[in-house]
Amino acid sequence: MELKDKLVSSYVAFENRVETDSEVHEIRSKALQNFEALGFPTKKLEAWKYTSLNAVLKQDYSLFPNKENNIQLADVKKYFIHDIDAYKLVFIDGKYSSFLSETTHDTFDVCLMSSALVKPKYKAVIENYFDKIATKDNLTSLNTAFASEGAYIHIPKNVEVEKPIQIINFTTGSEAATLLQPRNLIVVEQNAHVQIIERNQSLTSNPVLTNSVTEVFAAKDATVDIYKIQNDDENASLVDNSYIEQKSKSIVSVHTFSFGGNITRNNLNFFQRGEHIDSILKGITIIEGKQHVDHHTLVHHIAPNCESHQDYKGIFDERATGVFNGKVIVEKEAQKTNAYQKNNNILVSDKATINAKPQLEIFADDVKCSHGCTIGQLDEDALFYMQQRGIPKKEGKALLMYAFANTVLESVKIPEVKQRITKLIAKKLGVDIGFDL
Amino acid sequence: MLKIENLHASIEDKSILKGLSLEVKAGEVHAIMGPNGAGKSTLANIIAGKEEYEVTAGNIELDGEDIGELAPEERAHNGIFLSFQYPVEIPGVSVTNFIKTAINETRKAKGLEDMPAKDMLKMIREKSELLEIDRKFLSRSLNEGFSGGEKKRNEIFQMAMLAPKLAILDETDSGLDIDALRIVANGVNKLKSKDNAVIVITHYQRLLDYIVPDFVHVLHDGKIVKSGDASLALELEAKGYDWIKQELV
Repeated sequence: MELKDKLVSSYVAFENRVETDSEVHEIRSKALQNFEALGFPTKKLEAWKYTSLNAVLKQDYSLFPNKENNIQLADVKKYFIHDIDAYKLVFIDGKYSSFLSETTHDTFDVCLMSSALVKPKYKAVIENYFDKIATKDNLTSLNTAFASEGAYIHIPKNVEVEKPIQIINFTTGSEAATLLQPRNLIVVEQNAHVQIIERNQSLTSNPVLTNSVTEVFAAKDATVDIYKIQNDDENASLVDNSYIEQKSKSIVSVHTFSFGGNITRNNLNFFQRGEHIDSILKGITIIEGKQHVDHHTLVHHIAPNCESHQDYKGIFDERATGVFNGKVIVEKEAQKTNAYQKNNNILVSDKATINAKPQLEIFADDVKCSHGCTIGQLDEDALFYMQQRGIPKKEGKALLMYAFANTVLESVKIPEVKQRITKLIAKKLGVDIGFDL
Repeated sequence: MLKIENLHASIEDKSILKGLSLEVKAGEVHAIMGPNGAGKSTLANIIAGKEEYEVTAGNIELDGEDIGELAPEERAHNGIFLSFQYPVEIPGVSVTNFIKTAINETRKAKGLEDMPAKDMLKMIREKSELLEIDRKFLSRSLNEGFSGGEKKRNEIFQMAMLAPKLAILDETDSGLDIDALRIVANGVNKLKSKDNAVIVITHYQRLLDYIVPDFVHVLHDGKIVKSGDASLALELEAKGYDWIKQELV
């Protein structure tokens, strides 16, 4: 059976497992109809021209893994940023692991979507925010239809969360192939502040497809920093659909580090709904083999005096392929917008490919919008210069690549995250140098 | 220390060196002069191991060992330093961290541990004072936006840090004002010892007022056509290179 048919026909079974007498379930059922009508994206869609899910969708995915799978902390500790104190929301094959997690309800909520969707305590927040900004496209609709588990984070007014929150989805490979659809909701009220680290990690080489949706609401003066670490097994694919709404004077940054996986597609959407907003979108992609990473970004400026900063760096070796499609819309009312977009790429091998497409739609007349896109190779003269000073070619190459990507790391606010990314880069490039540039 | 015999080299089938021989002993300073296009920079790059050049005949020995097959970094580890005519800009890598990496990679090649951070900092301070380099300068990206003089001072600073056996200064005087020239020459002179050697490649006599050579060689059309002592440089300055060319006819 085709995956689409399998999903649609499994909906009845899904309904037996969740609360159906609720507004949320009406939203789910509508989303299912939507997905039924749209189906999976194909290369015929402009937004999916360079990314094909065909091969990935052919797997016979287990949709609702039933087994309780336990994993030992010692085996997975390395996937956490373990040298910092953090709240943790850990899911194993889509099921919450209380053993590996550390939640809270003290002054703010770091807990589970499954309880937020049903408990009266959370009803108002769910009604106000659940599925409010996620677009009704094919894969987001699919996620919404089966939305039942994920992270629920609610930070009330003026609360500064003192330690970061790590959200990790592990897949154990207990099923031949696993489909995961985490659904996250992050609501950050006025003048509140939170930092979030996300990771999806497959623990075996059995195929995994993760189709996640995250909605983030940043109220007036809120600050939200999100770090996405994508360094998964080469049989694990990810579609990360993130939707972020910002109110006046809020600052939201998303850093995406894409170092591995089969097919990785990031749909990162920012909707600015107020003045003096700052949106920061940054990414480093370093891939090789036949890996594929696609960044689709959207920043929608609708009010005056706002800023957006995009800086994406890509390094592609062997037959790796990359896509960068950065769309900026500046509405007529959004005067004095300062929108900046940069996308620089290095093709290490002549078999590697990058498809870069900046898209600027500007309807206001008093704005500062710039974009720059480059595709190049490593500078041979710089390599010889470094070799002449005793730095071997491999280390020299790594140093050049690290220096190239470093502008993205400068804005990472958690030192331990920065260190971890630096180490991952050194490991990716096969060198043992500290890069403490 | 360095022995070059009958060296022939070409780039993209264009013959540039046509039977060059040169011997440099420890403690000596050699100047190589000659008109544009004579092959001076090619010689420097070939000694340093740049791969674009093809050595078609002859050999290069360092301390009795043929270095012809060694990679550029291996030659550097063996003590060869080339001060570039046009130092390359490397955005995102600071001067300090570049030189730290260079020193520690050289130590690694010799089976040594990284230099302790304290010793490294002390050495950086000493050598940057020698070259009259401002501290702030050391945290800037390597050669990025540096003036011509700053680039050359930075080259000699790196030379001081790496303490090479054989230093080749390729047109180090070009783009320098008289003060920078004095600082750079003073730095080179302080680093000179009976155990190392310097090859100064230059178009003009000017630098040789400060770094006094034991031998002066004139390179013309890929060969050394005349050798002498420091007075040869003065003669060249007075008479120009045409004099040599005419003598050859």
